[in-house]
Amino acid sequence: MEVRNLTCINCPMGCALTVEMNGDKVVNISGNTCKRGEVYAQKEVSNPTRIVTSTVRVTGGKSDMVSVKTREDIPKGKIFDCVRALKNVEVQAPIRIGDVIVTNIAGTGIDVVATKNIEIKE
Amino acid sequence: MYDVIIIGAGVSGAATARELSRYKAKVCVLEKEEDVCCGTSKANSAIVHAGYDAATGSLKAKLNVRGNEKMPSLANELDFAYKQSGSLVICRGEDELPGLQALYERGVANGVKDLRILNKEEVLEMEPNITDDVFAALYAPTAGIVCPFELNIAMAENAYINGVEFKFDTEVKDIKKLEAGPDEFEGYELHTSKGVFKAKYVVNAAGVYADKFHNMVSEKKIRIIPRRGDYCLLDREAGGHVNRTIFSLPGKLGKGILVTPTVHGNLLLGPTAIDVEDKEGTNTTSDGLSQVLEKAGMSVKNIPVKQVITSFAGLRAHEEGDDFIIGEVEDAKGFIDCAGIESPGIASSPAIGEMVAGLIKEKMGLEEKDDFISTRKGITKPDTLSMEERNTLIRENPAYGNIICRCEMITEGEIIDAIRRPLGAKSLDGVKRRTRAGMGRCQSGFCAPRTMEILARECNKPMFDITKSGGDSKLVVGTNKDVF
Amino acid sequence: MIYCDIVIIGGGPAGLAAAISAKKNGIDSILILERDKELGGILNQCIHNGFGLHTFKEELTGPEYADRYIEQVKDLGIDYKLNTMVMEISSEKIVTAMNRVEGLFEIQAKAVILAMGCRERPRGALNIPGYRPAGIYSAGTAQRLVNIEGFMPGREIVILGSGDIGLIMARRMTLEGARVKLVAELMPYSGGLKRNIVQCLNDYDIPLKLSHTVVDIKGRERVEGVTIAEVDDKGKPIQGTEEFYSCDTLLLSVGLIPENELSRGMGVDINPVTSGPRVNESLETNIDGVFACGNVLHVHDLVDYVSEEAAAAGKNAADYVKGVILEKDAGQEVILKPDSGVRYTVPEKIRVSHMKENLTVRFRVGSVYKNCYIRVDFDGESVINKRRQIVAPGEMEDIKLTRDQLLQYPDLKTITLRIEEV
Repeated sequence: MEVRNLTCINCPMGCALTVEMNGDKVVNISGNTCKRGEVYAQKEVSNPTRIVTSTVRVTGGKSDMVSVKTREDIPKGKIFDCVRALKNVEVQAPIRIGDVIVTNIAGTGIDVVATKNIEIKE
Repeated sequence: MYDVIIIGAGVSGAATARELSRYKAKVCVLEKEEDVCCGTSKANSAIVHAGYDAATGSLKAKLNVRGNEKMPSLANELDFAYKQSGSLVICRGEDELPGLQALYERGVANGVKDLRILNKEEVLEMEPNITDDVFAALYAPTAGIVCPFELNIAMAENAYINGVEFKFDTEVKDIKKLEAGPDEFEGYELHTSKGVFKAKYVVNAAGVYADKFHNMVSEKKIRIIPRRGDYCLLDREAGGHVNRTIFSLPGKLGKGILVTPTVHGNLLLGPTAIDVEDKEGTNTTSDGLSQVLEKAGMSVKNIPVKQVITSFAGLRAHEEGDDFIIGEVEDAKGFIDCAGIESPGIASSPAIGEMVAGLIKEKMGLEEKDDFISTRKGITKPDTLSMEERNTLIRENPAYGNIICRCEMITEGEIIDAIRRPLGAKSLDGVKRRTRAGMGRCQSGFCAPRTMEILARECNKPMFDITKSGGDSKLVVGTNKDVF
Repeated sequence: MIYCDIVIIGGGPAGLAAAISAKKNGIDSILILERDKELGGILNQCIHNGFGLHTFKEELTGPEYADRYIEQVKDLGIDYKLNTMVMEISSEKIVTAMNRVEGLFEIQAKAVILAMGCRERPRGALNIPGYRPAGIYSAGTAQRLVNIEGFMPGREIVILGSGDIGLIMARRMTLEGARVKLVAELMPYSGGLKRNIVQCLNDYDIPLKLSHTVVDIKGRERVEGVTIAEVDDKGKPIQGTEEFYSCDTLLLSVGLIPENELSRGMGVDINPVTSGPRVNESLETNIDGVFACGNVLHVHDLVDYVSEEAAAAGKNAADYVKGVILEKDAGQEVILKPDSGVRYTVPEKIRVSHMKENLTVRFRVGSVYKNCYIRVDFDGESVINKRRQIVAPGEMEDIKLTRDQLLQYPDLKTITLRIEEV
């Protein structure tokens, strides 16, 4: 039996959650004050995912950098693969919010998209 | 071979350079930092003392009174911020009155004009925020406040325009006497981080390092003790808390902490007096800062201490004899000390320059130049202009319409001027001392990246080479993800 | 002189939402003055996600959130000037502004909405001793350098302050290749969201030390390290607990201050607790027709609340210009009084005559309270009781009042808000 300790992120209570696991299977969740804690714990131990936000370099734009994000959550374990894959990416202005910057980042199946409009430098 | 090399580009060095630039002489200033005004001159109370403090007959007394007299006209000639705002030395009880009276008499003996002793009511009418237990005060209307950076920079710029060379990042490592040979040549050889320089005369205006250089050439050793003073600077909103510089009469509780408006409208509290070993030990300590805040409250009530925007420490070059040491070193002909310049050094600086230059002029028989330029125009301060004048300025140069430092409302035009002018700024602190950009309540949080960009553009340097204050004080170290 | 119905000082989230609301409430002559080169304010550098959950029911990044409003401003044809600094506002609502192209110029406004936002507290505000080398940045300055300009301020980072900005920057620096060695927090609790503690610190094994502060900064040219010490319950460092962390950068995230220099200059009354203007139910200051919203009024935790508050200010300013008064007969003024546990309320005063149907009263508490009630008393009579599992200083709270509710108490003088622990 494996025990994992988590902090619930749903409200300022920050309940200390204890998740008892048998292999991949959740056996018991305790420490939560409400149902949301249980749902969070379940997800966090089975398939933790995060949106990753970052920056990539722009050429010919009014700004030198454009902010980007993974369009959806990616597995938590892939975060650094994702930012490494963005290292040498350069995009040409103009850029619109939602423009795909990198497809299928780090093999996650998720695209990285622009989160800011960058106009062409006059 | 220079006629004169001045070690140090603080107020003493710059004042000497400026006064020497009146004469036909080849003069060079060597400075170990990247800019003028980087040592004691940049971190002090910025007070133009009236001159009642120092012992009658001392150099401190003489030069203070003379410097104080010269300051208004110098401020006019060289266009730096100065205000004759007056000072009060307060005492708390009748038992302290003789001390105050003695100070008054010393002031009169030193030649300080218009001194008066005020009673409690008069004091509180003048400065309602002075502590209620004030008993009397010595009022010196001739005392003032000055921007020490501008004073220092203005004198240096004026010296430069009049032909004095300045070499920065040039640290003097060793000084050798050049013995009089068959051709009667005499002078000094200065070994520096940037090569060897020779001069007939050397002025040792090296602040806390003055003992080091003096002791290289003289058997009669001196010792300069760095005496640290911690300060707290308050927001401009607190600037009107007092209108004059408020001192406490040194008493049972030691020397008090002064409370003063600055010439730019902030409120300044300090300094402590803590002797340190390290000549670069300009770090504040929590003890020092608490002392400042606590003791300031003893002379002035209700100081809004929550409005502190920055704290800093400076080192006074304290000499054991407790007086300025100015003059040719007895056993080192041609080597002029300008040592032990602690308070009232800022106030005395115009007189120090005059005295040292006068001395060298006599010894070398220097002739006056007929093309000496006595005035210098400072950086245009748009906030002193009318709307029409300001708009004319912006039409001519739109950079004056672009605010970079929003706390002090400093425009891009002023920053560019600070960089491009003679002996211009090369770093963030250099810009700050010249324009006040970054000196306000957000302490450069907003304008630092913008000023860095302007510096990079104007100096044609990459951002990585832009420093806070020269040397290794790099502000950015790489680009995003460069380590991956 | 330019004439304008409503001049809005600042084109960040507050200014944008206020402008849109004023326009939708029938005012055409609106001008937004923005000092930066683009609209959006600080959101442009907040590239992390988590914005807009309340407003748009989706998670946006800062620039995306801003863009939703910028697009509306453009679609509605609202005027704005970029790169324009407001230099001064007179009590007669003459706004003096400046830019490179037009120079210094004046605008006579019928109503002014203050939406200048806030700034970060500098090192001096905490009297942190030590040297003053390069490498000490406020978190927001570092955020701008990294997120907008692409420059790394340092490689090895210690962060003082665990508010959301400090936490967010810990993750941002990590994801751009820096090593964040520690986040220290003076208070015994973090002012940041739990979610940020987990996702910005725990995810990257960055330690958080509560009740700790920086007591010394080493390094003359560039930061070489900082000394951290534990503090007692008065916030004073405890001798013997010092620990040295070598690092080249210290980021300070030690609080935000509403930026009210212009407001003070025009004679607006400031509440010393919020450092923002004192306002009535219309978010109007002591000067007629001068309104305030967003972080210049009081520092918010969520931008969604800024937008909501600013929309109210925009509507109220529009009503002011149009001369709308809702309940002419209700003449009384009610004072809102923060009591035990409640630090302040916004607004501080309600003129029932000018009150809209619903009024949100926002406030913050002074410390963490678990299992408590938010109690609202009308002249001593308990009217609202909200049971809460937890309230914390880091999170803004609110209660809703209705006009009908207040009209039932024609002699009402004071509404008291307080926290009662069970």
